[in-house]
Amino acid sequence: MDSAFIPNGVRRCAPGKFIAALTVAGAVLLWGVYAMFLCWFKGLNQTNMNNNYGFALWIWADLAVIALGGGAFFTGFLRYIIGKDELKNIVNYAVLIGFICYSSALLILAIDIGQPLRGWFIFWHANVHSMLTEVAFCLSCYFGVLTIEYIPLILENRGIDRVPFFHHLGHNMHDIMAVFAATGAFLSFFHQGSLGGVAGVLFGRPFSFREGLFIWPWTFFLFTWSAAAYGPCFTLLITKLTEAVTGKKLVKDNVVELLAKISGWMMATYIIAKIVDTLYWANVTAPSKGFTLMDFYSHNAFYGIWILVLEIVVGGIVPAAILITDKGRKSPAARTTAFILAVIGVCVNRWVMVLQVMAAPVMTFDTWALYYPSWQEVATTILPVAYGVILIMISYRYLPVFPQETELNPVD
Amino acid sequence: MKSEQNQENTKKFGMVIDLDVCTGCGSCMVACMAENNVPFRKDESDKLKSITWMRVYKLTNGKPYPETDICYLPRPCQHCEGHEGHSPCVSVCPATATDYDMQTGIVSQIYTRCFGCRYCMAACPYHARYFNWYDPVWPKGMEKYLNPDVSVRMRGVVEKCSLCIHRYQAAKNKAFMEGKTEIEEGDYQTACTQACPAGAITFGDLNNPSHAVYKLKQQPHAFRLLERLGANPKIYYVSSREWVRRAGDNYLKNEGPAKIG
Repeated sequence: MDSAFIPNGVRRCAPGKFIAALTVAGAVLLWGVYAMFLCWFKGLNQTNMNNNYGFALWIWADLAVIALGGGAFFTGFLRYIIGKDELKNIVNYAVLIGFICYSSALLILAIDIGQPLRGWFIFWHANVHSMLTEVAFCLSCYFGVLTIEYIPLILENRGIDRVPFFHHLGHNMHDIMAVFAATGAFLSFFHQGSLGGVAGVLFGRPFSFREGLFIWPWTFFLFTWSAAAYGPCFTLLITKLTEAVTGKKLVKDNVVELLAKISGWMMATYIIAKIVDTLYWANVTAPSKGFTLMDFYSHNAFYGIWILVLEIVVGGIVPAAILITDKGRKSPAARTTAFILAVIGVCVNRWVMVLQVMAAPVMTFDTWALYYPSWQEVATTILPVAYGVILIMISYRYLPVFPQETELNPVD
Repeated sequence: MKSEQNQENTKKFGMVIDLDVCTGCGSCMVACMAENNVPFRKDESDKLKSITWMRVYKLTNGKPYPETDICYLPRPCQHCEGHEGHSPCVSVCPATATDYDMQTGIVSQIYTRCFGCRYCMAACPYHARYFNWYDPVWPKGMEKYLNPDVSVRMRGVVEKCSLCIHRYQAAKNKAFMEGKTEIEEGDYQTACTQACPAGAITFGDLNNPSHAVYKLKQQPHAFRLLERLGANPKIYYVSSREWVRRAGDNYLKNEGPAKIG
């Protein structure tokens, strides 16, 4: 039925099966869309956010998907700027995942604001002192870059490629992709950092506040570093998941191992920096405001010291240790475990930098405020996941996302 | 803007609240809500979703009877100056919807520009900023009692204490009509100040030696909330009780208000 649009030399499932799977993902998507419209038409009273939790699940989801989508800029940086040629076999997928992550982040932001029709004020009445302004500008620009990076892949569709104009357009865009990769890397270094700055500049919130360099708190650099370190792990994890779902080997082990090795070393260096940052904050910054480390990890029902251990040890040191060793990288089980732990680690980091900041009391007569999201918040957070699944399904079916697929899975 | 800042008559409006005098009656809260058209819901029991520009906290020394002691602490927006006007909330607002006025020291909120990102709420350690989670709905007939000098706010924007800035504007108009260049201390008083039956709240220009607050803030037992954060607030509190002053900020075990200064 749609064979004319399926790339040459690959095998895809029957259209019926594909449509059935799309329907399931589409149902989840519609559920999220319904919740989204509830939030838009009835307001943010549909959520469980409150005056203590101005930022909650959505902002965490934003920070998390942008960190996870960091695989796009860093893989592009390695491929086009550093010249790691092997990574051309995974950079398409990294770009696609990045595109999904960033478009999701923008969508979530559009739901998260109280007056969605005034969203453009952030550009029009921009406050140059606000980290959120920097986030908005860089995020939008980088999403534009990701779109430009994704378009050549779309143009490679067999049906579209038959049109001479699109064929030449795609070819020419490929030729200048290094420029966009460099632009994307530049923008990403800033917006990943400014997302870290969002929490780091809050000098009224000793849990998140950090000193820094010039106008940038240390979290600015830590967020960029962690996105570059953990983002590729997410790309590799989703690749592994795609391989499991399709039942095919899609990327050669040497490519996976190379990216895993770089990611592992980035993670190892990041986690050292994170530990130094945590020690300085616990021993200098927080005490200067009258707090001890344990003030932020006690007297409440959820946030114990376990979350710090989970983030730094389980989600940082362990996956880094696995990925920087040859033995760990070459073992598929250990490698996948490291990817999962890394994704958990960076998500926990973003969680504490949003939710725990809101939860911890600052005034002595204030109390910890815990929060759980409403179903509308959950549905709108799952919405991008369903959207991502659908976009991956369509892209995988119709576009040559994995250049090594034909070689690894020859069709008789 | 710079020349405006350098004018000699730059004001810093603020308060001194005597916590030994406050009885916790809540008149300030009621007056504030009525004066500023603060919306409310039928069920106001969820204080995390209600709006109270002025909120009275109940503090306790945590000791058992007979040493139990309590203190009521009225908490309006602290109108932080931060460092050169970079108060915690003003510097983070991405749309310049909140501003620090160098002429008055008042942190303003532009409701029609706020798009409801709530970053300012995340930045404020005093929980002085409130989000309109719901549409403001007034009981039938009550809309006729709204203050015409204060705009009502719509769902989806942040609001907070303005130090009754509309009264400042009215006072300036009055002074102008009377041919004066300066407003009188009594011409600009906030609703909470006037409503307090115990006279616990004193309001005025902290820079003006002829205003009561100028001297009151210099009392040895005066302090500000969370001074160590560097927010540089303009609401001063006074209490003769050491535990109350200690409750005003966070201290390590070997520290105290006196040691920190």
